[in-house]
Amino acid sequence: MHVRTGRFRLYAAVAQSAFRRYATYRIATAAGVFTNTVFGLILAYTYIALWDERPGLGGYDQAQAVTYVWLGQALLTVMALMGGGFEAELIERIRTGDIAVDLYRPADLQAWWLATDAGRGLFQLLGRGVAPMAVGALVFDLALPTEPLRWLAFAVAVALGVLVSFAIRFLVALSAFWLMDGAGVTQVAMLAGTFFSGMLLPLNVFPGVLGEIARALPWSALLQLPADVFLGTVGGADLLGTYAFQLGWAVALFAAGRLLQAVATRRVVVQGG
Amino acid sequence: MAETSRASEPSRLREGLRAYLLISAMWIRSLMAYRVSFAMTAFGNFAVTAFDFAAILLMFSQVDRLGGYSLSEIAFLYGVSCTAFGFADLAMGSMDRLGRRVRDGTLDTLLVRPAPVIAQVAADRFGLHRIGRLTQGSLVLVYALVAADVDWTPLKAAMVPLMLLCGAAIFAALFVAGGAFQFLAQDAAEVQNAFTYGGTTLLQYPPTVFAKDLVRGVTFILPLAFVNWLPALYVLGRPYPLDLPEWVAFTPPAVAAACLGLAGLVWRSGLRSYRSTGS
Repeated sequence: MHVRTGRFRLYAAVAQSAFRRYATYRIATAAGVFTNTVFGLILAYTYIALWDERPGLGGYDQAQAVTYVWLGQALLTVMALMGGGFEAELIERIRTGDIAVDLYRPADLQAWWLATDAGRGLFQLLGRGVAPMAVGALVFDLALPTEPLRWLAFAVAVALGVLVSFAIRFLVALSAFWLMDGAGVTQVAMLAGTFFSGMLLPLNVFPGVLGEIARALPWSALLQLPADVFLGTVGGADLLGTYAFQLGWAVALFAAGRLLQAVATRRVVVQGG
Repeated sequence: MAETSRASEPSRLREGLRAYLLISAMWIRSLMAYRVSFAMTAFGNFAVTAFDFAAILLMFSQVDRLGGYSLSEIAFLYGVSCTAFGFADLAMGSMDRLGRRVRDGTLDTLLVRPAPVIAQVAADRFGLHRIGRLTQGSLVLVYALVAADVDWTPLKAAMVPLMLLCGAAIFAALFVAGGAFQFLAQDAAEVQNAFTYGGTTLLQYPPTVFAKDLVRGVTFILPLAFVNWLPALYVLGRPYPLDLPEWVAFTPPAVAAACLGLAGLVWRSGLRSYRSTGS
């Protein structure tokens, strides 16, 4: 029991220090907020043009569509859709062999990096998510939730999304055990993340089978589903279904990560570190 | 500072160009040590920039017109914007690494070398993989040239290479000015992305999509509209935004020259204001 609380305190401390680490770069954060805001403005106008042409497209009205744009900008770094998470660092440690030291530590590799990613995600949500959204709300008519419970439901969906996002990037990073140079795989993962998360366009606007495939893949848990919870297009029993979908992918991908970690660690030992 | 030689302007330009080519050639050789990785990152660059067009195609799977423009017309705007930006990004895209060099003090190394600093910074870690964006933009441009319903005249045909050249120059000026800004802002390298990558994204869509004030801003303050909107609308035979006269379609060379001149001045004052971190 004592060990258990000690473990928890360790990971909480790791998460906290990751939060602080990202919070240190205030100017970089402000610059990022500025860039997210500019992109939000540009994309919002293109969505308005699209929804002018086809009102009610994908089940969103124009205000919901514009809100979707700003949610995308707010969650872009939280979900590390275009990279920028822990994976580059872990790949570098695997490439240089520093990973051998990490494996000696009395902490689990996956849990350690999850803790850092949770701290990072929370900071990005507060530091880079809130401000662009506020600017968006000033310039455009947004569909913000009025009932507090929906904000809470959104927070849960974002947290589950971060779990799925982490689990995918952990798999990406571990591929470096075999490939050494992780640039290519990171790039492919980023492409898949951008396309299938709904960052380009809401997945419910994707035509036919492509839309169905995109909505079934894990990346939809990163942006499309949290956005739908925020916009109120899923609620009640559907909400539980959404959570189950996110949690299901999180569990499956975490398990795959553990399996790959076990195989990879054995490989390191064989190599003699 | 950094005036290492007192040579005349043309020979300084030649010297800078030579340094630029030598340094980029070195980085290309080093990139080619990992050919598979290079192929993957070049493909990645191609694909990630092609996503912008994928988004437009997805939109057109639901509508026939956007802001009053057809797919082939938007493809024309997109192709010019992306290709012009692709040239500038390939040549000058490394400028956004300057902030890091200022922060960790490695810029000092560049200052003592007998070559123009701007050539060294622009060629720093020359990213040949950026050829992916250029390829993608050119493919869309070729598609648009074939598909768009344009009454071609010799003048309109001449406008296409002119737009690419002047557009690349305007974007290159933005990269240089952004680099100069990093002497002051160091950590704020990402602000530059809002203008460079944000700029090319904006220009992929017709001006009718955007609010008047935004269009005014990118016409009169940050002259992005001269990259493709004004000259391309002349080619397409479309009305200009803001009731501008027809001859503005032919002003991009003057605008590009002014932008480059201004960027050069900003760069010099940025470089002069540089104080080493001492580390």
